[in-house]
Amino acid sequence: MNPVMAESPAWVRVALIPFLQLVLALAISSLVVLIIGEDPIHAFQVMIRGATNTDFGGISNTLYYATNFIFTGLAVAVAFHAGLFNIGGEGQVYVAGLAVALLCLALDSTLNAWFMAPLIIIGTALFGAIWGAVPGYLQARRGSHIVVTTIMFNYIAMAFMSYMLVEYISKLGGNSTDSRYWNAEAVIPKMHEISSSFPYSLLNPTILLALGVSAAVWVLIWRTRLGFAIRTVGSNPEAAKYAGIDAGRIIIITMAISGALAGMMAVNEVYAAQSRLILNFPNGAGFMGIAVALMGRNHPVGIVFAALLFGAMNQGGTELQFEIPSISPQVVLVIQALVVFFTGALDQLLRGPIENWFQRRAIARSQQAAAQG
Amino acid sequence: MTPAIELSSINKQFGPVWANRDIDLKIMPGTIHGIVGENGAGKSTLMSILYGFYTADSGDIHVNGRKVTIRNSHHAIDLGIGMVHQHFMLVETFTVLENIMLGMEGGSLLFKARSRARKALEEITEKYGLNVDPDALVGELPVGLQQRVEILKALYRGAKVLILDEPTSVLTPQETGQLFEILRTLRSQGVTVLIITHKLKEIMAITDNVSVMRGGCMVAHRQTSETSTTELAELMVGRTVLLQVDKEVAVPGRTRLKVEGLSYTDERGVKRLKDVSFHVRAGEILGLAGVTGNGQSELMKVLAGSLPQDSGSFTLDTSNGVYTFNVNDYRDAAMMRDCSVGHVPENRLVQGVVKSFPASENAILGYQNKEEYGSPLLDPAKIVAATEEMMEAYDVRPRLPGLKTANFSGGNQQKLVLAREMMKEPELLLIGQPTRGVDIGAIEAIHRNLIDARDKGAAVLLVSVELDEIMSLSDRIIVMNDGMITGEVNAADTNEMELGLLMTSTNRKDDEAMATAVETPKAEAVA
Repeated sequence: MNPVMAESPAWVRVALIPFLQLVLALAISSLVVLIIGEDPIHAFQVMIRGATNTDFGGISNTLYYATNFIFTGLAVAVAFHAGLFNIGGEGQVYVAGLAVALLCLALDSTLNAWFMAPLIIIGTALFGAIWGAVPGYLQARRGSHIVVTTIMFNYIAMAFMSYMLVEYISKLGGNSTDSRYWNAEAVIPKMHEISSSFPYSLLNPTILLALGVSAAVWVLIWRTRLGFAIRTVGSNPEAAKYAGIDAGRIIIITMAISGALAGMMAVNEVYAAQSRLILNFPNGAGFMGIAVALMGRNHPVGIVFAALLFGAMNQGGTELQFEIPSISPQVVLVIQALVVFFTGALDQLLRGPIENWFQRRAIARSQQAAAQG
Repeated sequence: MTPAIELSSINKQFGPVWANRDIDLKIMPGTIHGIVGENGAGKSTLMSILYGFYTADSGDIHVNGRKVTIRNSHHAIDLGIGMVHQHFMLVETFTVLENIMLGMEGGSLLFKARSRARKALEEITEKYGLNVDPDALVGELPVGLQQRVEILKALYRGAKVLILDEPTSVLTPQETGQLFEILRTLRSQGVTVLIITHKLKEIMAITDNVSVMRGGCMVAHRQTSETSTTELAELMVGRTVLLQVDKEVAVPGRTRLKVEGLSYTDERGVKRLKDVSFHVRAGEILGLAGVTGNGQSELMKVLAGSLPQDSGSFTLDTSNGVYTFNVNDYRDAAMMRDCSVGHVPENRLVQGVVKSFPASENAILGYQNKEEYGSPLLDPAKIVAATEEMMEAYDVRPRLPGLKTANFSGGNQQKLVLAREMMKEPELLLIGQPTRGVDIGAIEAIHRNLIDARDKGAAVLLVSVELDEIMSLSDRIIVMNDGMITGEVNAADTNEMELGLLMTSTNRKDDEAMATAVETPKAEAVA
């Protein structure tokens, strides 16, 4: 007996449930805000206004943060389709930052932005790909678990970057934690520099690259033969073998693609927005990609929306700290963590019961229809 | 006389599907009662309700005239209902005795329970004539004896009603005979036996009464002595069924596949294939008979390109040319498909499909690199069109290429895999368990398709645990036991007994020592 399982409607799965998860997270966050003696309604108003206002660059900065999260979210999602949990986004971004620094320090006085930008994109993708492919190789050919190796590679990347930055790249030749600014001629302008109708913010055209890459990932996963192979390996390795797909090769390729996607975050952050290499520049965005991919259900469209949400929380949280000083950055972090917790880690808490309810209702209706018909 | 089990108006729904609808069933004590029906007819669901795995949506269960609600399997055992599952629930590294007392140790110290269990076990074995060495490791026992341990387990727990789910699917004809002897003894001692099967011959051989299920409903109750396999088959399917396959005499052409001295050792160091040699010619069906797990799966995998052999070679002679695959030659499943080799894996759920994919994507699995499915990108419209064609030709239901594969019944998944592999008209077809889990009605069509493929000149290597299937489809039959080919017979001149003997024989000298080691416990048990 193979019972036909009715699925709950798509809008429930991709819209209603994430929304309710968010509401639940904010409800518990309200308690946190209440405990420290502030008005939660006011706090959320500040957050939302901070993230969405058009006068002071709120929405622009939300989009700028979202750009980072799109790249790291896609990186986690692509690996996930092959059944791999790439926790190494952070390290892959770090190493890609090095690519930006090397290219800019060497060439920013000779090349203008038109030549520099493509080089930077290729460089970040390449460095990220290499940093992703090595754990992929170790998994595929040596059986070292990808979760363990990618975590270790994060530490290697961080330590290596600190060393490189402080010893060779920093402007003062030691003790400084950032590089010199890149030559403005070699850097793509920010939105407010392109058009005065944009308020001052770090938002730059890299967001268009992020959206283009999202579309490309969709094509890769659902329209290419490589994507077919990736999904087969991720869903049923035995079937992949039966179909003549070399799972090891697919794992290495997937991790390279995943690393390249994460690496491209450095285009936004190191090349365009900050225009210099800063220690700890990924600032957890690589890890945040896991939550973004979870909430976006590993689909590029979902990831873009999830990235917007997390971008908004980053920006709104920053505003909150300014407006209500008693709400410290740590409290903002707690609020963000609660959202990650309810949308990611506790996904099934709401999803299970709600999907069951819709399923039962659909069944009851079909029975009613059958009885009447 | 009060029935041992009485079910009335049992209903059970899974989603919109009625697994059981208005089921009435009376089982008299001290009888052997058979339940037959196609896959998906609701037999397993009904037994699961009786054994407390599911609760019925409505309806009554009476055990010995007392109305009960069976909450879980513990409760079922308390009521004297025991179950022997199709896949044994035994711990292979435990002894027989330890398996039997598992879950009934009664206290934190084992030695008391062990001596108590040993004594009780002695009484049971004496009463029912079920001999098994209580100190033998279960993993080292042959399958027939493992099944006996399962029966003992149920009896030790006080079962008065014994449910057996497809008990003969893993047994040789000889072991089946022994099982039936045991069941008759149990009946003479007052145990009620409920046996679920789809093998009509066995129903005729062993049962007193038989109930037929179809589409979740109970369609007929018969006294076995007053019915026939033809009538039961018709009741199961709802129309007249051809049980015998009509086919012309094969006209074999040149040798398509020649296997020479193939050996394979798995990662645990067990020799799965031992110097296997045979050949298949164009236009013939070669049946490979044997009890499951004697190297058939490994042989198919090696030939399909997904497992490298240790030694030996095989030669393919197709329109793409003649290739010999030696130990060191690289090959994978994609390459074999390019050589016009089709492969229907025996375990479609593990190997043949990705359950989370829509049917259309599984319809191209293995052939995803063919240009006809779009270039350079995959073209969903072309894939769906190809899927619809397959679904039409092989009657896959429902005809929804976009439906997730897990939502199709097992039989329909199998039909999709068959369509995918056979509609490419491969010159060599490797096919494992083609009708496992498929309705009788569909079996007819699948058999027809296989014969047609043969008549068009395909070489077919058929692996099946259903001896009837092997015997009615094949032109020649080779038999495998313990990784060796133990014999070859002409399908027209053989019978079940001969095949059964070959299935257990170990005809090679160097394995004589091992043969005696395996045979000894069996001989003891029979004696």
